[in-house]
Amino acid sequence: MARIEFKGVAHSYLRSPKGLGDYALQPMDMTFKDGGAYALLGPSGSGKTTLLNITSGLLFPSEGQVLLDGVDSTHLPTAQRNIAQVFQFPVIYDTMTVFDNFAFPLRNRKIKEPEVRRRVVQVAEMLGLGDVLNKRARGLAADAKQKISLGRGLVRSDVAAILFDEPLTVIDPHSKWSLRRQLKQIHHEFKLTLIYVTHDQAEALTFADQVVVLHEGRAVQVGSPTDLFERPTHTFVGHFIGSPGMNIMPCEIDGSGARIDGCLIALDPDYAKRAASANGKLQLGIRPEFVRYRASAAEGYLPAEITLVEDLGNYKIVTARLGGQLLKAKVSEDMRVAGGSGWLGFPSKWTRLYADGDVVN
Amino acid sequence: MGKIFDNRAWFLVLPMALLVAFNALIPLMTVVNYSVQDVFDATHRIFVGADWYREILRSDRLQSALLRQFVFSGLVLLIEIPLGVAIALVMPRKSGWATSLTLVLMALPLLIPWNVIGTIWVIFLRPDIGLLGHFIDHTLGIRFDYPTVPLEAWVSVMLMEVWHWTPLVALLAYAGLRAIPDAYYQAARIDGASAWAVFRYIQLPKMRGVLTIAILLRFVFSFLIYTEPFVLTGGGPGDSTTFLSIYLVKIAVGEFDVGRAGAFSIIYFLIVLAFSYVFYQVLQRVGTGEKA
Repeated sequence: MARIEFKGVAHSYLRSPKGLGDYALQPMDMTFKDGGAYALLGPSGSGKTTLLNITSGLLFPSEGQVLLDGVDSTHLPTAQRNIAQVFQFPVIYDTMTVFDNFAFPLRNRKIKEPEVRRRVVQVAEMLGLGDVLNKRARGLAADAKQKISLGRGLVRSDVAAILFDEPLTVIDPHSKWSLRRQLKQIHHEFKLTLIYVTHDQAEALTFADQVVVLHEGRAVQVGSPTDLFERPTHTFVGHFIGSPGMNIMPCEIDGSGARIDGCLIALDPDYAKRAASANGKLQLGIRPEFVRYRASAAEGYLPAEITLVEDLGNYKIVTARLGGQLLKAKVSEDMRVAGGSGWLGFPSKWTRLYADGDVVN
Repeated sequence: MGKIFDNRAWFLVLPMALLVAFNALIPLMTVVNYSVQDVFDATHRIFVGADWYREILRSDRLQSALLRQFVFSGLVLLIEIPLGVAIALVMPRKSGWATSLTLVLMALPLLIPWNVIGTIWVIFLRPDIGLLGHFIDHTLGIRFDYPTVPLEAWVSVMLMEVWHWTPLVALLAYAGLRAIPDAYYQAARIDGASAWAVFRYIQLPKMRGVLTIAILLRFVFSFLIYTEPFVLTGGGPGDSTTFLSIYLVKIAVGEFDVGRAGAFSIIYFLIVLAFSYVFYQVLQRVGTGEKA
């Protein structure tokens, strides 16, 4: 069992942080449910690894509490937490055999040797390393080494959560797939809580039930992959998730629509009203997947100048100029798109407004 | 296929061959030349074959100098390697002024000319004006007279040697330690490893490369040592601190016995070469699971 709760946890690497900008991790409340598969997604320097190291106890937070299964464990040493961690670069003990590598965490915890053997053989078989147990670990390939790092967590019967810090960085693309599949299988069999740090959105979205998007030390959205795609609550999420990212354009409310450089985009009247009363700089966001394109005029479509059409094989990306703003639309492969003028539609269901980056509900 | 055989290609290695010849082979051949001849003067010389070798190997003075040399080099390795590693382990790890200061202080003995090192210790150990000599003699009340007591001479030479060269081992070991990624220490904490286990299974294996270099350098340097003990004790009292090179210089320059000295040099050279090779091979294999 491992339910991991953060209560007002914040961390700064500086001794006396002044503003929020000095924090690698800004105060946050979060709960990782027992048995969940989570991904921490964000660019470099967004606080992913800091969050992970606080969870495993490699780092004690400057502020706040970490609760493991409801017990305050903020300052509990790493070795006493039922949490294992796999690092970006495979950590193996060079001089030991594969068997001894697996056995190391158990022997350190004074587990009896027959039990050690039983656990090690079981885990090694599951990871497909059963026949190299007597080999030196240093001679193995990167993916096998990374499996050993993972296995050192799995052999411990007390481990209830495994944290991964970009574990597939040094693995070649082919092994990546099989390793990721194995991870899912392990998650399924062991019912462990898995927290997976990555900056690769495809990795995060395929691996996790819940994705935490981090931006400048702040968890800007926690949600399922569908949530992140369809209902980004922050312009950063819109921009970071998806390829290409969300179109985000400055706008102002004009009646029941949003005006962008003189073009009026119709909105749900209630939504427009709420946006009008929101504070801060307003932006309109719509994913390229939801922007409609037509070659000729139609009700609700706005005229735009098509500046670029990129054919990516199974779909096309159309870059268009609406007023002074450039935006992208993803259209199907069989649609004919000519350069020059075209018409764009903005379904109000998928058109969101953001005030200072945060979504207007 | 399509390979062109042209012996003129040998000319391409000629510059390197010449360099190595002037650098190593020709001086070495001069020594070999001396070692197989009895030279009376510029025009009179007799080829004596392996006579000098036979004679020098049977010489008691050489045998005891050789034994002394092995004891000395052995002690050097036994003291300096563990001590250097221990110092490296307690040196500050984070970059900052404390680290820079430590590094400079550590490097100081390595920057002093060797004969000055000897002179420093001569003065340092003097009971009348030397800091350490005075301390032992007056404060501790132990009579200290290293120029006449062999054991005290040995202790003095060892002290000087350890002070002079342990920093090299420490700096090499420190470089090795700094190169270990943080993830190893973090993984060890998660695996519940003790400080000893971290040292035994992470730090020591990761230092293998630099320690190989440290052991080789320390063995060769200590085996060839001349200047510092020559200045400090002059090889005495008696022959008690006469190491191989001091003995060699006594024969070659003192007695001008170039035949015997030549044979001695060749044997000396081969011992260093053989030991370096063995150390290197053993250290390359240690911890990799291959048989040494």
